Amino acid sequence: MSAVTSREEPGIYHKAGSLHGERRWAMWSAYISLILASIIFLAPPVYMFITSLKTSAEVANPVGSPWLVREPTLDNYIDLLTDPTFLGFFWNSTKITICVVVLTMVISTLAAFALARMRFWGSQALATGVFLTYLVPETLLFIPLYQIVGGLGLLNSAWGLVLVYPTLTVPFCTWIMIGYFASIPKELDEAALIDGANWMQMLTKIFIPVAMPGIIAATIFAFTVSWAAFVYPTAFVTTPDQMPLTIGVVSTLVRADTFVWGKIMAGALLAATPPVIVYAFLMDYYIAGLTAGATKG
Amino acid sequence: MAADGSMVVPETGDSSGKVGSLRRFTRRRSTIAFLMTTPLLIVIGGLVAYPAMYAIYLSTLNRRMTQNIGLGNFEILLDTETFWMVIWQSCIFAVTAVLAKALIGFWLAHKLHDIPTKGQRKWRGMLLVPWVIPPALSTLGWWWMFDPSYSSINYLLNIFAVPSVPWLGEANWARVSVIMVNVWYGAPFFMIMYLAALKSVPEQLYEAAAIDGATGVQRLRYVTLPMMRNIISITVLFSLIVTFANYDIVRVLTNGGPRDLTHVFATYAFQVGILSGNVPRGAAVSLFMFPLLAIFAFFVLRGVTKRTKEEQ
Repeated sequence: MSAVTSREEPGIYHKAGSLHGERRWAMWSAYISLILASIIFLAPPVYMFITSLKTSAEVANPVGSPWLVREPTLDNYIDLLTDPTFLGFFWNSTKITICVVVLTMVISTLAAFALARMRFWGSQALATGVFLTYLVPETLLFIPLYQIVGGLGLLNSAWGLVLVYPTLTVPFCTWIMIGYFASIPKELDEAALIDGANWMQMLTKIFIPVAMPGIIAATIFAFTVSWAAFVYPTAFVTTPDQMPLTIGVVSTLVRADTFVWGKIMAGALLAATPPVIVYAFLMDYYIAGLTAGATKG
Repeated sequence: MAADGSMVVPETGDSSGKVGSLRRFTRRRSTIAFLMTTPLLIVIGGLVAYPAMYAIYLSTLNRRMTQNIGLGNFEILLDTETFWMVIWQSCIFAVTAVLAKALIGFWLAHKLHDIPTKGQRKWRGMLLVPWVIPPALSTLGWWWMFDPSYSSINYLLNIFAVPSVPWLGEANWARVSVIMVNVWYGAPFFMIMYLAALKSVPEQLYEAAAIDGATGVQRLRYVTLPMMRNIISITVLFSLIVTFANYDIVRVLTNGGPRDLTHVFATYAFQVGILSGNVPRGAAVSLFMFPLLAIFAFFVLRGVTKRTKEEQ
């Protein structure tokens, strides 16, 4: 873009001035749009945070702006963090997420390696199948899965969720791992073959280290998806002791006779913290994982 | 088929003994590959394909699951007014929300692309926040902002002398609210996808267009859009599927109310199949999504593969 402006500057075209003005106008409109969008995009979480600092009395007091806190208090957070039920939700979510992430990464790395490098009968069709499976929404499957999980006696159990969550994570993770593995130059594996490496060594010594950014992106994806999963736990889990955070916050905190808004908001924010922290520290990997699905398609 | 393995042969296969061991290696390769993909096959077969088939079987049973009633469930559903409402509601919801998300995302991606690269990271980080928070939880925040007696949005509207809006109390407003929350949640995703696409358009194309005297609109029409066609269609496809099958936002915000008027396929299937215990009919409701999504996915993916082939 700078090349264009510098070419115009000598004054051969008197358009140069208007081009400058055009750029300035573009900047203004860009910043105005971005500021407006940021305000709208960030307002709900900010308002949740404001509410979470209020006592029930202050929430119920209709005088003054609801967007201000007069007597900030951390009571809502302290209440939740000392509540064994809430900590139980946290523990369930952690347990389920760790199991699902490990399962997903093992399954999808192995499969993606085989599909990207070891062409075999039906590998092409299977790769397409993986992509199509990713397109099947979970709300299409939860009723038959309810029957299947029930048949296995895993209804109302965190292990039932560990069993079904891979349907959400495995297809997409395999798909983006195929993309990452396929982008590794063939010379690398030829060199490894000449050095006498077997397939397993090739995967662990070459592919996994080289495709590390892809593996991190896929892990983040699996983590956020299983942390945020909502349909399956809502359908399969009914007692608080087995609930993960999402449904725990939505059902038990809300079910009370009078809504303790401050506490509900504090619970929702606490539950959202782990994905937000991961995002804050690994934003580039997060975005890479997000965009990989489409750009590699 | 053995293209991968045989590529190695010219380099190492000088003596015939090595070729033999290589051949054995290749033969073993397919078994290893099969073992490596087995877990994936189990997940796809056991947890996606089998349940999908099972759903079709389930939908042909009667309520107690003792008798096969063929298409009875579908007939009953199509006779009820509520279900037709669900079909319309789902379609209108998905189309409006995806359109709004696509336009807002496109606009923001462009604006983000316009500002100096240094500042982009910071803005991008902030604008992606709605996408990062689990939707079930952020929707709780919206629910509280829509609360009839303490609505903070109405408070802001009242400052500008706009009368309070019955966000979740009145059917049409409730529909608007659901769409608003969905757009808020999904627009950042479109923005990020478009931004990635915009960055992949070679700068020379714009320079060439500028030399040819193309205006901003013409650059958008003849350079940017054709280069982004595939990403736009894939993103719209993903988003349309997810939005069409959305559950959490409707469940938390309205739970189908008022008077079952905001149900979409997923929430209605949940209510019929799991809360009222009529599993077969619930399966029938969610199966209705399938043909609609399949037709759409077919056309989008066909377009994408055709364009990819043309480019090569």
